[in-house]
Amino acid sequence: MLQLVGVSKSYGDQQAVSDIGIVAPAGRRTVIVGPSGSGKTTLLRLISGFERPDDGSITLDGQPLDSVPPHQRNIAYVAQEGALFPHMSVADNIGFAMPRRATDCLARIDDLLARVGLPTSMKSRRPHELSGGQQQRVALARALAQQPALMLLDEPFSALDAGLRKNMRDMVETVLREAGIASILVTHDQSEALAFADHLVVMQAGRVADAGPPQRLYDRPNTAATARFLGPAIILDGDIRDGLAHTVLGAIRVDATGSRRASILLRPEQLTVSPVQVGTSQIAEATVLSRLYQGASWRLKIACPGLDQPIDIVTSAHHVATADTVHLRVDGEGHVLPEKT
Amino acid sequence: MTVTTDLQSIRAIPKPRARWEGPSFILCAAVVTGLLSLLPLAFVLYVALTSGWQAIADLVLRPKVGTLLLNTSALLAIVLPVSAVLALAFAWLIERTDIPFARFWSWIMVAPLAVPAFVHSYAWSAFAPRFHGLGAAVLVSILAYLPFIYLPIAAQLRRLDPALEETAQSMGKSPPIVFLRVVLPQLRLAIMGGALLIGLHLLAEYGLFVLTRFDTFATVIVDQFQSVGNGPSTNLLGGVLVLLCLILFGLETRLRGRERYARVGAGAARSRRRSTLGRWTWPALTLCGSFALLSLAVPAWTLLRWLASGGAEIWRFDFILPALGQTALLTLSGAALTTMAALPIAWLTVRAPSRLQKLLEAAHSYVGALPGIIIALALVTVTVNVYLPLYQTVAILLFAYVLMFLPRALVGLRTSIAQAPVELERAATSLGRPLSAIWHTTIRLAAPGALASAALVGLGITTELTATLMLAPNGTRTLAMRFWAHTSELDLAMAAPYALLMVLLSVPLVVLLHGGADRMGQA
Repeated sequence: MLQLVGVSKSYGDQQAVSDIGIVAPAGRRTVIVGPSGSGKTTLLRLISGFERPDDGSITLDGQPLDSVPPHQRNIAYVAQEGALFPHMSVADNIGFAMPRRATDCLARIDDLLARVGLPTSMKSRRPHELSGGQQQRVALARALAQQPALMLLDEPFSALDAGLRKNMRDMVETVLREAGIASILVTHDQSEALAFADHLVVMQAGRVADAGPPQRLYDRPNTAATARFLGPAIILDGDIRDGLAHTVLGAIRVDATGSRRASILLRPEQLTVSPVQVGTSQIAEATVLSRLYQGASWRLKIACPGLDQPIDIVTSAHHVATADTVHLRVDGEGHVLPEKT
Repeated sequence: MTVTTDLQSIRAIPKPRARWEGPSFILCAAVVTGLLSLLPLAFVLYVALTSGWQAIADLVLRPKVGTLLLNTSALLAIVLPVSAVLALAFAWLIERTDIPFARFWSWIMVAPLAVPAFVHSYAWSAFAPRFHGLGAAVLVSILAYLPFIYLPIAAQLRRLDPALEETAQSMGKSPPIVFLRVVLPQLRLAIMGGALLIGLHLLAEYGLFVLTRFDTFATVIVDQFQSVGNGPSTNLLGGVLVLLCLILFGLETRLRGRERYARVGAGAARSRRRSTLGRWTWPALTLCGSFALLSLAVPAWTLLRWLASGGAEIWRFDFILPALGQTALLTLSGAALTTMAALPIAWLTVRAPSRLQKLLEAAHSYVGALPGIIIALALVTVTVNVYLPLYQTVAILLFAYVLMFLPRALVGLRTSIAQAPVELERAATSLGRPLSAIWHTTIRLAAPGALASAALVGLGITTELTATLMLAPNGTRTLAMRFWAHTSELDLAMAAPYALLMVLLSVPLVVLLHGGADRMGQA
């Protein structure tokens, strides 16, 4: 288990990360997500030992890493584009990471290539002869060859196209799960973070904004900023009374009691669009501004009286046309944000 | 019907031009320059064949040739590895550590190029008159030529993606192992290129070794020419020198290999953190300072001493100004022509290696090891026998410069083209007009390297002596010619202003070279 307590790092006047506290459980996939400049990569570099924290401590399985140089930490690092050694073949790249030239070295290279879904015939190829996806697979095989206690992945899928990215993500997830290696993946892609993580850490402006299971962070974030960062969010002002929030969309069930004014988070997928009014509860009227055909569904942009911004909603209601008046129903309950936006 | 129409319209789409159009044009250009480069070799072979085998055996298999071979081998065997190790150490200290005043030291490492090799030698022979022979030749050679190998190594060190080294370290490899197995192999092209450049200079240099009283093939050839003229002995020694050059070139090609050096991946390489020297700061500063003292302070001290002792009398501007103008004109035009002539073969070497390309590269490179006098003799013979009006014209002199300095341009161009990702060029070529594609991608990316190469060539021309003496139109008097004339008459004070001017004239070129290497490292 990796633990960071009160870790801070600055470069001159620039505070890169501040008072970071993170726990990456053994054998689990931790994802650090945040916008560019939020300190994600600095955090990885601190963990891998390429930077020293100004404050705080980092421990791996209870052992402090403060004075341990990078090459003695047994933490594998997979860089953004694989960082394969250009002067070595695929086999040499993987063999480089093996602790010692064992007699079963070649067999292990074959096994690792198979695990990352590459044919053994690629062993003699040079990195520039591989596609981006193949390079990343070799980089992963190389990191696995090291048998590390922890694997750090620095935006490993960012250079790949969308289709390949999903395949790679699934493959990496499977390989890490089978190997039982704890990992920390850094990304700025929310959907990638939600799909990959067992444990999600959201970073903003060099600080941990929120951390926990991905579904909890998506449904019940601590801040409006985290809510917006993790996906499309509808944040409404409302008066809470008797477990209901009274908003411009009507009375919405919420996860809080008492009486107060608060910000309520709804996700667009909680809204159902209907051309006609069905029932009387939680119903608001809206106007369709535009629609975009997506095959199995439509993406509607709708304007709702009382809301500053139009809302994007994905719906299967194919009879709805632009300029139509539609009726919105809120499914499930809204989340009361702890802070006022 | 619709399908038919679509197919017709597809057929109607003009086909893109053949992909090999660019390379074939480039190949033709390289063949032309390659064939022209063979002129001096053809001349040596012609003389050798017309001399008869018995004469060849008598002239080549003599103890004197054995001694020269031993001298030249010893020079190469000591200067090349020592220069490589020193350049590697300096480049690492300056580019990778927190040594104080790193930028200043990077200038210091390049600054000796502003002092011509024979001026280094002139300074040392005046500073320590009893210091001569192999030791002096080795020391002065290292001091004069070290920048040739330092520059490409430093540029390559700056270019290396730090993620490679960090990844290697995260795999449990200590920093020395990472340096040996990850960094050093990627410096191979730079080291080999720089070593070849120095090696070719050592084979062709004349003035440096005359003043350090160390016999090499070049000094003996020139001495023989001056004493007995263009005889078979002179030409056959030239043939041995050509053979040595080819051996050196073959060795470099073999050791260089066919590795890939460009960074793999699309994103920009991250900047790196410098290693902390700690208690090694002072030894590192002492090492850099010692080099500065030996390579710059000694020539500066000698020059200043002669300038001071000569007083106002040695500043004969009626001689100095014309010499300055002529040198500048020849330098600029020669450098531009040579770099353009080197482009086709540099591109072929990196992008389209083949047996023909290797032959052409050999044809372009061997000529750099020939002393200026061999090239000059060949051109004198050709012009006198084939087309006399060309004899002693600016055109033939510039042609001699192109032949002499083409290998120098080739080394820098080859490295910078190798650094330009081939994927960009292929993508642009797929859009048609291959020549334009190559121009707008690879050549533009290689432009800083080309500029550095032109600067290197310019440095050579500024101080070229023997070929200029033989081929220049009547009335031409360059700075080097004036300097050598006074030095030969042991009038060291009169030679000092010309030495100073050659140094000053070389300074902008050194600045250009340093800037070019900087950009090359950052690209």
